[in-house]
Amino acid sequence: MNHLDELENKSIYIIREAYNQFKKIAVLWSIGKDSTTLIQLCRKAFMGKIPFPAIHIDTKAKFEEMYKFRDKWAKKWNLNLIIAVNEEALARGVRCGKSNSFDCCNELKTNALKQCMAKHHFKALILGIRRDEHGIRAKERVFSPRDQKFTWDYKNQPPELWNQYRSVSDDETHVRIHPLLHWTEIDVWEYVKREKLPVNELYFAKNGYRYRSLGCKPNTKPIKSNADTIDKIIEEIKNSKVSERAGRSQDKEAAYVMQRLRKLGYM
Amino acid sequence: MNDQEKPKLNIVFVGHVDHGKSTLIGRILFDTNSLPEQKISEVKTICEQQGRPFEFAFLMDHMVEEREQNITIDTAQIFFKTKSRDYVIIDAPGHVEFTKNMITGASQAEAAILIVDANEGVQEQTKRHAKFLSLLGLNQVIVVLNKMDQIKYKEERFKEVEKNLQDFLGKIDISPSFIIPISAFEGDNVTKLSDKMPWYQGKTIIDALDTFKQTKGTAEQSLRFPVQDLYKVGDKRIIVGQVASGTIRKGDEVVFSPKNTQSKIKTIEKLDQQLEEAVTGENIGLTLEDPLFIDRGDIASLANDLPKTTTKIKGNIFWMSKKPLSLNDSLTLQCATQETGITIKKITNRIDSSTLEIVADESNELKITEIATVTIQTDNEIVIDNFNEVPELGRFTLIRDGAVVAGGIIIKE
Repeated sequence: MNHLDELENKSIYIIREAYNQFKKIAVLWSIGKDSTTLIQLCRKAFMGKIPFPAIHIDTKAKFEEMYKFRDKWAKKWNLNLIIAVNEEALARGVRCGKSNSFDCCNELKTNALKQCMAKHHFKALILGIRRDEHGIRAKERVFSPRDQKFTWDYKNQPPELWNQYRSVSDDETHVRIHPLLHWTEIDVWEYVKREKLPVNELYFAKNGYRYRSLGCKPNTKPIKSNADTIDKIIEEIKNSKVSERAGRSQDKEAAYVMQRLRKLGYM
Repeated sequence: MNDQEKPKLNIVFVGHVDHGKSTLIGRILFDTNSLPEQKISEVKTICEQQGRPFEFAFLMDHMVEEREQNITIDTAQIFFKTKSRDYVIIDAPGHVEFTKNMITGASQAEAAILIVDANEGVQEQTKRHAKFLSLLGLNQVIVVLNKMDQIKYKEERFKEVEKNLQDFLGKIDISPSFIIPISAFEGDNVTKLSDKMPWYQGKTIIDALDTFKQTKGTAEQSLRFPVQDLYKVGDKRIIVGQVASGTIRKGDEVVFSPKNTQSKIKTIEKLDQQLEEAVTGENIGLTLEDPLFIDRGDIASLANDLPKTTTKIKGNIFWMSKKPLSLNDSLTLQCATQETGITIKKITNRIDSSTLEIVADESNELKITEIATVTIQTDNEIVIDNFNEVPELGRFTLIRDGAVVAGGIIIKE
């Protein structure tokens, strides 16, 4: 069994375990490469027909290419697609890019999801987050409880042993399931390549730019890149460590280390 | 198979605070060229500004701090690469209040490095961590005696600490695969053999790690297939699950324990695929020749190689809940996909995991972070195996009010 097989098998086991424990469950599909990988893993777990809905949280500010991609593949894969829109906030005039980004994300994403979960009584949500995306995600569990305010008490999480996944869910809480937690960005691209998965054209370089991740149009900026194939994207990510870091403010970084050193009793 | 295709080996670093965990991880990342140039030069610059020697521990602490600050970085999971494969370093915090997290991390590891200061020898966290490695059944363990530079690379001192360690580890059933004298600070015996310790002719840490195997069961072992769920796909009833050990083939005569019903494998399926066989770790769907009544938790094995079924098990457990365990408590036991109500009939050998001192030979209760041997009566028959042969069927968790409160390994009667 090679590396990708091993990742895939671990993920499928988690997805099947989640469905066994929670019948009121849904998978979040943001139309990006990670959640499309997740959809493929769900399709494999259930032999083609996913027995629960896929939710797309629509802020009404996504790229045109994303809507096209969504509608085409939702149909091809026979997904039970729920499009979650916070109509109430939109009616009040909240718009992505116009309001400040905290407000619009909170209203058009978090609240849209909350409304959707309440309406459909979902007790568990499958998400495509990865440990290598954010530092804090190193502390995530595969089955991760959220309270009614959606907050995550990461300092007091239940233990999770071996591949025995389990989480308490009552009327007040829901559980987030993370089958891609152990994958890296490169793993995802290698899997996309191996499985010949469709990914949005926006990921591939055009006129010297491409999108490394896809979000809402007003606050998603492309990166300089000539990577117009998956192989070139993989190569680019492998070599991008230095430049990624170079983009960060050196001053801030140095001051930061200084602070840390001070704490250790230096100077 | 090239490096990229090989599965990564998960490794956990444990040891007492200040025995050199951060320095060793920093040193390994540096010596295996696993760090971006820029990260190293940043820390070098700072050290120069401070008029201090460059320290590897800063590299690690720098990254740990970033994690806590929730800054986007690619080192949340730390990787390093050797000639033969890639490794993932698992986060396993040391302090007692993080025992749940330490155990969660260590349960994902296939190998461990236990770091002991050659000056100080075995300390409180050395004991607790080593005991948990033993309880989790981790048997690929490297012990490194660090800070050899501070004791002038003396063989006598090494021998002395090594002997104490062996005595201690022997008592808790750990036989380390390697005991290596090192200086993480100076880089002795980490990736290259040190010329300062000509008396040591063993392996470096990296070479020792490369001898370790993936601990997942192999295709040659007894077939065990725990049923995870039953799906209806079209008009077919498909039994799904992950092969826990061995190989399953089309046409095999299999028995489902503990019901003891038998049939022949008609098809082995994946999405748009029919397979001739499947091995350990694969998630598959099965159809049978006969319409048997199958449930989640049934275990399929070859008819001529059946596992043990029982209603009484003995296990070493560690308790992770603030509310203590009491004798005759009713809990739920999960072992692979099996689940059954249980009663705790006996608590013996109750141990404090920090001091490893026996609290009581026989007791009525077990408190948080304590360890004990328990005798369990199960409500329903369950299938078990020797942990060393089929780990999935040799370990279990205990559940109370839906939450995991203990983990354990089944031991022989």
